Amino acid sequence: MNVIEVNNLSKSYGKVKALDSISFSVKRSELFGLIGPDGAGKTTLFRLLTTLINPDEGSAAVDGLDIIKDYRKIRSRVGYMPGRFSLYPDLTVEENLTFFAAIFGVKVKDSYDLVAPIYKQIEPFRKRQAHNLSGGMKQKLALSCALIHHPSVLFLDEPTTGIDAVSRSELWDMLKNLKEKGITILVSTPYMDEAFLCDRIALCNEGRILGIDTPQGIIKQFDSRLFEIRADNMFALLEAARQAEGVVECYPFGQAHHLVADDNFNMHSFKEQLGTLSNLTITPTEPTIEDVFINLMKQ
Amino acid sequence: MKSFACWPAMHKEESKVMKNNLFALVKKESLHILRDKRTMLIVILIPVVLIVLFGFAISTEVNNVNVAVVAPDRTNGVNDAVNRIAHNDYFTFCGYINQDQIDQQLRSGKVSAVIVFAPDFDRRLEQIYAGLPSTPIIQLIVDASDVNSAGAATAYMQEILLGTASQQAMFETRMLFNPQMKSAYNFVPGIMGLIFILVCAMMTSVSIVREKEVGTMEVLLVSPMRPTKVFFAKMIPYFVISCVVLIIILLLSYYLLHVPMSGGVWGIFSMSLLYVLLSLSLGLLVSIVVKTQVAALLLSGMVMMLPMLLLSGMLFPIENFPKFFEVLSNVVPARWYIEGIRKMMIQGSPFVAVWKEFAILLGMTVIFFGVSLIKFNDKLE
Amino acid sequence: MSETVISVRNLTKRFGDFTAVNNISFDVYQGEIFGFLGANGAGKTTAMRMLCGLSYPTSGSGTVAGFNVMREGEMIKRHIGYMSQRFSLYNTLTVGENIKLFAGIYGLSKQVTAKRSDELLARLKFSSERNTLVKALPLGWKQKLAFAIAGIHRPEIIFLDEPTGGVDPVTRRQFWEMIYEAAEGGTTIFVTTHYMDEAEYCSRVSIMVDGEVRALDTPTRLKQQFNAGSMDEVFRMLARDAQRGE
Repeated sequence: MNVIEVNNLSKSYGKVKALDSISFSVKRSELFGLIGPDGAGKTTLFRLLTTLINPDEGSAAVDGLDIIKDYRKIRSRVGYMPGRFSLYPDLTVEENLTFFAAIFGVKVKDSYDLVAPIYKQIEPFRKRQAHNLSGGMKQKLALSCALIHHPSVLFLDEPTTGIDAVSRSELWDMLKNLKEKGITILVSTPYMDEAFLCDRIALCNEGRILGIDTPQGIIKQFDSRLFEIRADNMFALLEAARQAEGVVECYPFGQAHHLVADDNFNMHSFKEQLGTLSNLTITPTEPTIEDVFINLMKQ
Repeated sequence: MKSFACWPAMHKEESKVMKNNLFALVKKESLHILRDKRTMLIVILIPVVLIVLFGFAISTEVNNVNVAVVAPDRTNGVNDAVNRIAHNDYFTFCGYINQDQIDQQLRSGKVSAVIVFAPDFDRRLEQIYAGLPSTPIIQLIVDASDVNSAGAATAYMQEILLGTASQQAMFETRMLFNPQMKSAYNFVPGIMGLIFILVCAMMTSVSIVREKEVGTMEVLLVSPMRPTKVFFAKMIPYFVISCVVLIIILLLSYYLLHVPMSGGVWGIFSMSLLYVLLSLSLGLLVSIVVKTQVAALLLSGMVMMLPMLLLSGMLFPIENFPKFFEVLSNVVPARWYIEGIRKMMIQGSPFVAVWKEFAILLGMTVIFFGVSLIKFNDKLE
Repeated sequence: MSETVISVRNLTKRFGDFTAVNNISFDVYQGEIFGFLGANGAGKTTAMRMLCGLSYPTSGSGTVAGFNVMREGEMIKRHIGYMSQRFSLYNTLTVGENIKLFAGIYGLSKQVTAKRSDELLARLKFSSERNTLVKALPLGWKQKLAFAIAGIHRPEIIFLDEPTGGVDPVTRRQFWEMIYEAAEGGTTIFVTTHYMDEAEYCSRVSIMVDGEVRALDTPTRLKQQFNAGSMDEVFRMLARDAQRGE
């Protein structure tokens, strides 16, 4: 049985369709990533699955429980970390944790082994009020509070947004550990590079799912030829490359531009066409999740 | 390490959870409130300051009372009397004025009292001494907006003007601008009505809405905690604070302002507790209806406190209202509370005499709680 | 060698006994896209505020757009453009009204405003949206509009504070193309960002840790120096030893 089952879920806010007939499923102990920018519908999906709002159409189940009929039961057994920091800023680290433990009717020491790897990092600050913690520390505290009652499913809405790179990778390490302990995790992120840290991902944009697969599987969906091109004048290169023969698309991609080519494309004739640009280099390259996303967006 | 095979067993213990988490919630709420030292200070300090202000700032001493005189015939008797006033340290004689200047002089505050001597004063005074009946020969027109000193000043003036021979019958006294002669401590019920709405309606609703705004409400909802418990837990600390404030106000009123509480302290206590519950239910209703703290503040402030201040009879007597506002004031809960408290605190009526006010307040509380429960929705939207 | 548009030496900012920015020195050249990176609490925002003329340094010296950071904060403000993620445009005003407002703030005359306004809208292909409320625009369009408005008075330098948070990849690239175009035209871009892949778009990158500049070079050379595959790795290596951010 799938731990999370979503069938044609739709939700609108006035004229805006936040989710447009979304369907997917998540297996037990899977680390499933929802990858997409703001406005993709990630937060709406989380709110639906944690039973905070009702869908307009469609259905979904968490741990076999229907999100409309059995919502109270779902609320007792899932862990949830909403998008922005949602603990109490004027309570200390310790007080926040004890409070959430009490809400779920557990004692902190009973769940200590589950929460320990995370909590150990913030334990030195346990008497500090939460608003005085750094972004990374706040998220670790929020994660501890979400885990304190041994949930079987964890919903994390953009846990890594806006925090520094070091804390971000620490957080993902913790998620991997939790997954190995049997917890199913549904996490959302706008950072495409975090896709590879998940077992399976769904690329989302504007209320729709563009593709679902393992990260490696998603990459394979990119079926055109991809090249990295560089020159001294990157801006001129961009403009010129777009005019060249056999070029489907060219877009900036950091220190090099990415060039999507069709079957007619030829590396040598490309170099000749753009001969005036100094230090022009072109090499074939492997697509990334972002290339796939851009490709899927354009369809 | 716990495996997930024990999952069902853990959840049979859910009922045990219920007792513990209410306590945890109340503890959290108390921590929030106690750590917000500024607000705490204001809530405790306001009633104390108001009561001390009314108590001490309004003195009952007579000092520097400006007096003007109207005397068509300046006879010897008149001159004598006026001299006595003029030479008295507590009064300042400001001169003779005409009959038609009285109103303007008093209204502008140039004088606090006007003494009007009847024409043919000397002859009529002799008549009175001879034992013959007579109409009053001196009219005292006093600015009574400073209630306590007006009374004292009037008494003093009567003494001075005609010495030991003065009798009440010789004087006609008119107290202007405060015909009911309300004492300063008449404000205490009004203060109580104001404070409880402030603490219970405004602060409770802001506290609940803050959780919605900050996002912690989301996390609380996704838990075995029933939202009604969350609200309950929010109301309890404010209820306790209100009781503390109530006791402080009653103590101050009795010992500092000498408010007679002849109707019995328990009656006053009961009605006040009912009013606190009513305010809490109002706070609950507001928090269900609005989404932001600013809106909660505005709704409690404008929609509740303003009518309370203007229409409850706290500042302006209801009897003087135009018919429309008089009818409207029936809807303002504070009106009934203040009336009830006044009757018990100041007029000394027993609790049974205010059953009508009590019943109305009870009905209102039931309605507000009822509407809150109906409108309440444990989803986010 | 290009002209220097920003030049700071030993710039320091102290708040009581806390030193937020400790003795930083660097130059930024005309037409560069200069990436200013650092974790939260590293002193990045404080440093930027000093460069924008929003706060005065405790000690050190520097010039921005030719004006002295120690004394001429007001002049700096008038000669730079600024855009941040947290605030860029007024949601309750239309596109046209926002343009007019900021043009006015930057002191442009009515005629110049009208001309630049038309140019800007045509370039962005927004001419039909002149009377649309900003609130109704998608996030990506707002970003592009905000950037265009930040440059409406043709400043030498445009400061961008985390400009592309949460935007989809396509729009983000269109935004960066606008930045390339501006740099091509001679405007210097000073940008801070959380997205390490965006650091790769920059001509040079500086990384602040604990109030100091710990690295400053082109992304390629930094990756060689730290033997890293990406700017993300470079950043993590430097940030790992950070004391602050606790």
